[in-house]
Amino acid sequence: MSEPAAAPGASSAPAPVVDLADGEWHRLHPATPLLRGGFAFVAVAGFVLANLRERILGLFLGGGPGDGGGDPIDLIVRRGLIPIALLVVLVVLIVIITIFWLSWRVHTFRITDELDEVRSGILFRTNRRGRLDRIQGINVGRPLFARLFGAARLDINVAGHDANVPLAYLSGRNADALRRLILQRASGVRAAESAAAAGATALVEHDGTLGGIVTQRAREFVAPELNPQLAPPESVVTMHPGRLLGSTVLHDRTIVFVLLVVAAAVLASAAHMFFVLFGVIPVLLGVGSQIVRRFSRSLRYSIAATPDGVRVGYGLLSTNNDTIPPGRVHSVEIRQPLLWRPADWWEVRVNLASHSDRQEGGRRTSTILPVGSRAEVFRVLELVLPDMVGDGSRELVVAGLARAAAGDGYTGSPRRAAVLRWFSWRRNGFALEPEAVLLRRGAIWRSLIVVPTARMQSVSLRQGPLLRMLRLADVHVHTVSGPIRATLEDLDAVVAAEFFRDVAAAAILAAAADRSHRWRTA
Amino acid sequence: MSENTDVPVVPRGGLDPVPGEWRRVSPRYVWVDLVGSIISGLVATAASTIPFWVTQLPWLLLIPAVVLVVALVNAAITPRRVRAIGYRLRDDDLLVRRGILFQRFAAVPYGRMQLVDVNRGPLARALGLAEVKLVTAAAASNVTVPGLPMADADELRDRLVELAESRRAGL
Repeated sequence: MSEPAAAPGASSAPAPVVDLADGEWHRLHPATPLLRGGFAFVAVAGFVLANLRERILGLFLGGGPGDGGGDPIDLIVRRGLIPIALLVVLVVLIVIITIFWLSWRVHTFRITDELDEVRSGILFRTNRRGRLDRIQGINVGRPLFARLFGAARLDINVAGHDANVPLAYLSGRNADALRRLILQRASGVRAAESAAAAGATALVEHDGTLGGIVTQRAREFVAPELNPQLAPPESVVTMHPGRLLGSTVLHDRTIVFVLLVVAAAVLASAAHMFFVLFGVIPVLLGVGSQIVRRFSRSLRYSIAATPDGVRVGYGLLSTNNDTIPPGRVHSVEIRQPLLWRPADWWEVRVNLASHSDRQEGGRRTSTILPVGSRAEVFRVLELVLPDMVGDGSRELVVAGLARAAAGDGYTGSPRRAAVLRWFSWRRNGFALEPEAVLLRRGAIWRSLIVVPTARMQSVSLRQGPLLRMLRLADVHVHTVSGPIRATLEDLDAVVAAEFFRDVAAAAILAAAADRSHRWRTA
Repeated sequence: MSENTDVPVVPRGGLDPVPGEWRRVSPRYVWVDLVGSIISGLVATAASTIPFWVTQLPWLLLIPAVVLVVALVNAAITPRRVRAIGYRLRDDDLLVRRGILFQRFAAVPYGRMQLVDVNRGPLARALGLAEVKLVTAAAASNVTVPGLPMADADELRDRLVELAESRRAGL
């Protein structure tokens, strides 16, 4: 590898859109040190200053500090050590600022045709290099403070635990441009073509004056989550605030929350059992914060098809958006909390191979449709499983969301399974298409799990003594870990064995035909 | 549901999804499994006496008694359990079976394999045995073939890697 001596291409001026993917080493946004920890430092310094305010005022306005009190400041003042103390503070400040600045200097990255690479660290150097064709998704997050600076963090997700390549922070438009370029490279389009495509979408620059910068920040701040030029409007699903509110009120979690509050209130007031509060309040806080988080995250939700994958945007103040290239969705679950049924609302979740462990803003979401009508579910499904758009598959999905009926394409559990599945034995069933396995589960809490056969990892067939007595068996379809467990219990043993064989065969066929890791190459 | 299909006779309600010959593991693996189940049985029995020590209620000694019986039965059927372990290299996937009472069959396409481990515990090493473990991107796959003679384990590993290489697929 040719290693250029330093990072030549990094410009320190507020960055115009430069080609960050030219294979050279580049630096991050100049405000990075401030955004990554500088704020905490400033806050601590401010706190200390605020506590010393009276003393500092006294120092400058005359009137010595009161005697007595043995705290270190008094000691310093009494002994006339103020110049030395100030010097120490100054040196510490300079050291900290130098460290921040140095760590920014040495934190460089480059994107070539084949790979992405990040170097960082002053004493402990790290060098992380990833292959572009292994990308599972790209996440652009804009925490509130970073948005004020027009900065964004770019997370290149690859499969595996804590295996992401984070680029925090870049200027917002650089992040968008870089995402597009990386996805184009990953898709297998040649670099020359992607350069042409990038040139075609050049952006208008601000004029460099302060006013220009401010107006541009403001424009970026209120800009729609998704550039409307990028996505065809018929592929966009957005959130209606009314529906979000309704779905939140009718969500199982909210019901549990209300019931808990009522139960705790009754027990505490009528029965004077105040100790229940100690148990209930932490649970309430947890459930309540989940409800609030779901609501605030979903307010500016949108999902759309872009040429390089599905883009899911979230967040009100700290925005976050994920691009999932084709063929990176390992399973999909469409499910319905009980009280959503009259409104025909559904929630869609997915299993993805990458996990990012970031708490703030950058959390990779598994819910790609927080609530949507049936039509929206189908639009989302077309986006994440483009192979499943045929009429036959569509009918299967419709049947998968409905009550079980004869001849709906699903093979269900036998009647004797009702011993174990009182209500759901009719609905409990599967359908196998060449592209996907559909598992229909649950009568009260309906759900439909779709696993693309090309993404399936393995399949197992299980039976314990109880199931053997009933001549039943379970089939587990294994996908990458995530919120969805694609299992179907209590099938007839013979049917289950056949299903096991068929799924194993379908997985092999689909994997052999799958080309989605370089999705644009024919 | 009609059970009169062409699927061959299996113990009533039991499973045999892919009829045919299975490759079995070494009978010496019985000893490894036996020692393991005896140790875990003893630990479980000892742990289940804790309620008795805490409360001194004599009837709570029933719990360790039941645990002990279960552990003994478990140890007694070890040879059968080991005989029930089998694997088969098909054209495009590896099939593994385990268990008598709790049966589990798994099929892993070779192209899905991320890596292969060969593990050897102290007792297995003394007996010249090793365990081959397949890792896919799914944690639930959990496919292991224990009790292979060392040479066979190495051979199986090399064979699996070779097969995976020729049927390489994305994630």
